[in-house]
This record gives sequence, C-alpha cells and structure tokens, in this order.
Amino acid sequence: MNPERLSEKYLTPEVRAEIDHWLTKYPADRKRSAVIPALHAVQDANGGYLTEALMNAVAEYLELPQVSVYEVANFYSMFDLKPVGRHKVNLCTNISCMLRGADEIVKHCEQKLGIKLGETTPDQRITLKIEEECLAACTGAPMMVVDGHYYTDLTPEKVDEILDNLE
Amino acid sequence: MNAKVDQEQKNPDLVTIEVDGVSMEVRKGAMLIEATDAANVHVPRFCYHKKLSVAANCRMCLVEVERAPKPLPACATPVADGMRVFTKSERALAAQKGVMEFLLINHPLDCPICDQGGECELQDVALGYGRGVSRFTERKRVVEDENLGPLVATEMTRCIHCTRCVRFLDEVAGQRELGGIGRGEHTVISTYVEAGVRSELSGNVIDLCPVGALTSKPYRFSARAWEMLSHAAIAPHDSVGSNINLHHVRGKVKRVAPRENESLNETWISDRDRFSYQGIYSEDRLPRPLVKRNGEWEEVEWETALEVTAKGLRQVVEAHGGGQLGALISPTSTLEELYLLSRLVRGLGSANIDHRLRQADFSDQAKAPAFPHLGLSVEELEAQRAVLVIGSNVRSELPIINLRLRKASLAGAAVMTVNPRRFKANYELAVDHVVAPQAMVRELAAVAQALLDAKGEPAPAGFAELLGDVKPGRVHQDIATKLQEQEQAVVLTGALVESHPAGAALRALAGLIARLSNARFGQLPQAANSVGACLAGAQPHRGVGARKSDQVGLDARRMFEEPRKGYLLFNVEPEFDAWNPSAARKALAEAEFVAVMSPYATPDMADYADVILPISAFSETAGTYVNLEGRWQSAGGVAAPVGEARPGWRVLRVLGNLFDLDGFDYQGADQVLDEIRSAVGEAAVPAAPAWEPVVNAFQAQGLVRLGDVPIYRTDMLVRRASALQATVHTPAAAVYLAAATAAAVGVREGQQVRVRQDGASLELPAVIDDSIPADCVWIPAALEETGVLGPMQGEVTVEAA
Repeated sequence: MNPERLSEKYLTPEVRAEIDHWLTKYPADRKRSAVIPALHAVQDANGGYLTEALMNAVAEYLELPQVSVYEVANFYSMFDLKPVGRHKVNLCTNISCMLRGADEIVKHCEQKLGIKLGETTPDQRITLKIEEECLAACTGAPMMVVDGHYYTDLTPEKVDEILDNLE
Repeated sequence: MNAKVDQEQKNPDLVTIEVDGVSMEVRKGAMLIEATDAANVHVPRFCYHKKLSVAANCRMCLVEVERAPKPLPACATPVADGMRVFTKSERALAAQKGVMEFLLINHPLDCPICDQGGECELQDVALGYGRGVSRFTERKRVVEDENLGPLVATEMTRCIHCTRCVRFLDEVAGQRELGGIGRGEHTVISTYVEAGVRSELSGNVIDLCPVGALTSKPYRFSARAWEMLSHAAIAPHDSVGSNINLHHVRGKVKRVAPRENESLNETWISDRDRFSYQGIYSEDRLPRPLVKRNGEWEEVEWETALEVTAKGLRQVVEAHGGGQLGALISPTSTLEELYLLSRLVRGLGSANIDHRLRQADFSDQAKAPAFPHLGLSVEELEAQRAVLVIGSNVRSELPIINLRLRKASLAGAAVMTVNPRRFKANYELAVDHVVAPQAMVRELAAVAQALLDAKGEPAPAGFAELLGDVKPGRVHQDIATKLQEQEQAVVLTGALVESHPAGAALRALAGLIARLSNARFGQLPQAANSVGACLAGAQPHRGVGARKSDQVGLDARRMFEEPRKGYLLFNVEPEFDAWNPSAARKALAEAEFVAVMSPYATPDMADYADVILPISAFSETAGTYVNLEGRWQSAGGVAAPVGEARPGWRVLRVLGNLFDLDGFDYQGADQVLDEIRSAVGEAAVPAAPAWEPVVNAFQAQGLVRLGDVPIYRTDMLVRRASALQATVHTPAAAVYLAAATAAAVGVREGQQVRVRQDGASLELPAVIDDSIPADCVWIPAALEETGVLGPMQGEVTVEAA
C-alpha cells in the first residue's frame, strides 16, 4: 500500500537522465510524448528487452497509466518483451525484399544459426526477429537490420560475413 | 429566397447542411453524426458514443458527402455550411455494407450462445446492412479471455476493437485500465497484466460494448433480452437517485441498467447501483414472519406476527411510557415507509425516531436546514471553479457526484480536500490536506482564520472560542485564496463530517468558510432517502415537512447510548448501520421487546429480536426517493416479493390500524405519497444554513479510530450483493496505520493487534498504510468483523496482542 518509487528502484540515474533529456523536447504537460525514447533507453540498458517492472517504472516516471505504456511496447516490434540475444537481427521479408530473394536469405540464416525466426541461439548470441513490416530500404533489397545498422543488397556470403563478425 | 435577408437572420454559431434532401441547422463544429442523430436520421455505428471522444475506428458510419472523393465517417466529419450529405445513397450503403463484411470476417457467428444475442448492436446492424451469406472461408481469429474481475465477463473473440470500453475507463471513469495491446490483426483489448477492471463504474463497459465481448458476470446466461420486461426505477443507495431500468422476468429482477438522465447520472450508473440487485435474492431472505417463543423461533402467519408486534409495543409503552420506545429506520427506505413509521411511532406517544444512524453530533440539529442539500444542482457542480470537500471519500460515497467533480477538475477547477485519510482520487486535487480526525476542527478553523486575515476582519460573534489562537499555514491560505478568487465555488461536507464527534463544529466552520469566501455551502447526504427522511418526519426533533415538533425525542445515537425498553428496527442492522455498534448491541440485548421489520433475518437479529416481519426489498414495493437536490422521484413495485414478504407501507398501515390510530386507511402507496406531498407543501430548497457557532466537542487524547463505510457495505441490500463483495473494494478487516504510528504503538506489519474501543475488544492484523495520518488508525466500519466495535470515529487503544 505504501508508494514505493518504482522508477527509483528500476531505472538507473543514467537512464533517468536520458529520459529527462527527451522530456525537454516536449511541453511539460505532454510527458506521454517521451514514451518511445524512454522505452528505448530502458530497453538498451536492460540487455535489449523490457520487463513488466520496467514498463511500470516508465509509466510512473512519465505519469502515465501503466496500460498506456504496455500498449506502446506491444505495438512496436522494436520493443522486445522477452529476453533476447546480444544481437538483434531483423530480416526484411516485405514485398520488395521478398521479390529480391528475402526468403532465401531467411532460410540461409535459419540453417546457419540452427534457429527459426523469433528464436535466439543457445549461446545467447543472436536473436532472429520476426519482422512484420517493411524496413524502408527497398532500393537495397534484400536487406536486414542488425542492432540498428542497415545492411543492403544481401547475398548468403555477405550475410555470413556480417553474422560471423558478431561477438 | 433572398440571400441578404437570409444572411442577416442567420445565427453565426449555426451552419446549414442538407441531409438526405432535408435542410437542417447545426451547431458549428459539430460532427455530422450529431446532426443526423438530432434529426433522427439513423446512421449505423459501433465506436461512436456521444459521451466519449471520437475514435472513428469502426468505419461503420460512412456516408456520402457531395464533392468528397470518398465516403466519410459521419462521427469524425465536422459539418460545414452548405454540405450535402446522403446517408442512404447507393454509395453510402455500399460503403456500409463493405465495412460490415470486414467486421464479420473475424466476428464469430455464435449469436445463439451469446449473452448479447437479441440486444446486440452488431447483430442489428448486420441484419440491416450485412450480406446474407459470408464470402469468407478462412479461419476466424480466436482471442484468449481474460479475467476482469467478478463483475464483467469476457468473450474477447467477439471483440470488434471499437475501444469504447478503453475510452470510457480513461475519459469518464478516470482510471485507464484497459488498452489495445498488440497491432493489426493481433490487437486485443486487455489489461495486459491480468490486473482486472477495478473502477467503481466498471459495469458501464457492459452497456457500451456493442457486441457480446463484455457482458455482465452476475447476469450471465440467466435470461434473454426478449423475454424480459423493463421498468423505470430509482437507484436505492446513494443520494443522487440515479435513474435506472429494472429488467425482470416472471417477477424476478435479472439486472439493472442506467436510464438516461442528463441532469443526474447522464448515461452511467455506479456498480453499486447496477449489481446490488443480487442482494434481493440473498440466502437470508426471510420468507415468512418469525416470532420468538420461549427462546425458540417459530414461523407464524402474518396475522399472528402482527398481533405479537402490536402487543409487544403496547406493553412497552404502557409499562414504561412512550419515551421508552425507540425506532430506527434506514435512510434507504422509501419516503412512504419513512413517513408511516414516523406517524406510527408518534401515534404511540414516542418521538424517538431517527434515520441518521451514522451521525455522531446532533447538537446543531435545531439550527440545521430543513434537509441536507447539495447547495446547487448536480449539473451545476461541474461548472464550479473551486470546490472544497471536507471529510468525504466522494468517490466511494457518491460515485456520480465524483464524476461531476472530475469534470470540473478537468475543466480547470481547483478541487481541494481536507480529509482524515488520503483517498485515491481519479483527478488531480489542487490541495489534498490530510489530518487526523482530532485535528479536523483546528484545520478548518485555520482556513476560516486565513479568510478572516485576508479580509482583515475579526472573528464573527461566537466563533472566537472555536477559532482560538489558530495560526493559518500556507496550505490554509492556499485553500482560502482559491475559494475566494473564484466566483463559482462551493464548500461540501461529507460522510466523515457526519460521523465526526465534533460534526457540529465542523459544519459551523464549513459554513463560515463558505460565507467568508462567498462560496455556496452544500452537504453530501449519504443515502437514497436521507433527504426524504427529513421531509417525512423521521427525525426526533422535527415532524413532516421538517417542521419543528413540540416533543423532541432521542436521536439515533442516544437511543442506543441511553438504552430503551423497546425497539422498532426498520431495514436496519445496527451492527453495521449504527454509529456505535457496540452500544447498539448492548442496548438491543437488554431490551424487553425488539421488533424488526426487514427483508432479511440474520443470526444477530435472531439474538436480539422478538419478532421479525419480512418486508419487501427494493424493487418489490412502490416508493419515492428524494435526492440531494430535493428532487422527488417515484417508482412502482415491479418484482414479486419473495415468499410472503409484504411491502413495508402495508405492514405499517396494518400496525396503525391495530393501534386504532386515525388515518391509516390507505388503499395504495400513491395515497400515502399524496398525503406527504400536501403535508410537506412547497418545501423550498433550504437556503444556506445559519449554523450557530459551537464548541469543539471532541478533544481526544492519544489514538483515534477512523471508520468509514466501504463502498459496498453501506446498506442491507448492497451488503448482500455477492459479486460486489468479491471486488477489491471491500477491504480486509484490519488496523491500518502509518509506519510512524505503528512504530510508536510497537506493532509490525501483519502482526495481530488488540483493539479496544468503548468496552468492546477485537483482535485484528496490523497493516502499514501511509495514507493514514499520524495519531489515527483506520478500521473500516460495517464489516462482518468490525461490527462489534464502538464509534466510527472516536478514541481507541491499540496494542500488540
């Protein structure tokens, strides 16, 4: 029953400072606007995924109903709600990439890593994310995003090189 | 048409549009659907609701607008001058038909096993706008159900994502508990964390849901819409008098729904008003009269029971005088019952009749206004710019009033509280001043003093002692300034002023604060007929019409603290309803004769009563309620009384006849009402009260108990509504105290502690709760366990057990 500051318990001073930085970009009564950058900051500081406690902490920090934060975190595929590997690999399978052979790339990655889309390698190195939408680099199809970096005009060889260089 | 004249006459706030060839004037800025609704042109819709924000996500209300390249949603298209709209053109109908087909891609066709079947907006619209045959052979989406609590049942596969429930909880109930989780086809309406929906207004999502996704759990599968009858009624709990419809079948109430009344409950009702009907059919409903003979209970005929009652009462009066008879009646009884009981008791030579069961301080009753009054209309409340609420958990006491206060607050009003506990508000409070009960008088005095200081005036005559040498602090000045600077301001006192041992001083100070700040003064009467009871004469110092009576009897508190020889209890369970249950129990146990008129028989009654007469419960008898604005509202009896229960007014009429009292020959409840009306006359709404200054009657040393009544424990009926009892709103019986207080008393969280109050003693666990001020423990009243303790507010000792 006693109010315990979740944001103090779960958010590091650095993360809070980063959220504060984003808050300065919006009117004081529109803290809601900072929910996406706040979730990114929190997710990055937590090994790439969000927990219920962290989302509640963000809700408290931004003075939002908890469910509003759950909505955002569930809506965007760049937020993960289950533990992930050290590297997130997003393979675009939308129309342009599909026409340029994305299916082959997916198959190659799955065989190479021994996991399916949506899974993580047993050594926690790589998570193959299920990509639902176009990643907006059709000119370089097929393409993928690894930890936020775009790699275009993929071939199996190119993919091997990129993946092998991930720690 | 002369365009010049036309322009001159035109109201600048209106635009002219044409809908289906008919020209109409509409408020500028209105959405098309408001115009078509006002003109009774039906446009199908699911997500639009006039009391909620526009979501425009169902697309069902597409209409054709001239020169628009594609059909437009009527709910999100603002009217424009000269707009020509076609709601039934080929294009509009094709668009609506298309949307309907999309909606039915995933919606299950399970109407025969759906509780919403027969009253489903989707079903109705599908019949009017859908195709006869589906073109989809794909599998439908399946969504897992979620447990939202004991009130709302879910069948989320049926959800069409209109988000009315989400918007209602966010925008109206002020407690955003549901959200749209996921994206696209994977979207589900959910709390995400299985938290349940806990709002005190949650039942409204059942009405809002246009499909069978959210339905009533207690009502589920117990009747079909087409076999039920609907009759208008008045909600019998709080003093708002929300308008409701009773849905019943074969004499049994199946459920309760709101009846729209813009000036009171708008389109909503509280969960208390919606689900309390369950209590009508509680297991302890008494089917036949009971008489105690040689310590054994016997079921008897009505005639015998009434004779025993009359004989018992007569013996008390003859042996000890009328003053030895005490009558207590619940303020949730009907106006007719209140009036007849008051006449009966006075006819027996006693003035000891009262309905103010939870009031503590009666010293100002002679000066009190004719009845406790809100001071303004419910509608006006939301136009206030500053509101000071004193001693009230408004949200739990009067959920509909809290809705209006919330609207005022969202519109920028400063809503402030001075409370003996920090209650959870669903809007931002400008000031939330929490002080222990024993400090309430001093804190209000400080606010009054701050106003006097600001005006440079001395204390008004008689207030010097009450104000003493109090020094206003910043918070008091803050409250004073906010009240003073707004023209539309009101000061309200609630249940915790009523049950405060120095209630008279608090009322006087609240009145003074209102006067000094030019604010209006209002009270929050608690029960459905708290006002009606005053008009009906169910008070010891005033007769019908609240006119001064020559003989002044004992008030509800003294009737127990100065035990009587005989008691007549009407719809009352003193262990839960009395201010001091411990004194009530003692007095009843020692009385010579106790007659109980109640729909229910409880083990407690079996101990103290000599006769129990089963009277009709809510919905089974015609009756009138007078709300906190002084508005009279009547409703007929709808349901068949359980067993041989008889309407209270009839039983009282027979008793009147058994005593040969004059004028007890009523043929119907309406005759009783007519008589009350003419006796009350044009009882004007009371002006601001002229409270006399009084002294602070409560100087407590040490720890004080605060015992408010939880939202679903207020009266007999709601206490028996099992679904409401299963919600989180009925707290566990415990001693709630702040960490500092716990340390001072020497108890830890969860430890059993011994509570002593007024000779009563009880062991309860301790719960650390920082919403409780220092020097105070919160022990909720009206719980099974706490119904043995003493005063709701008063001194208490707490020690480790």
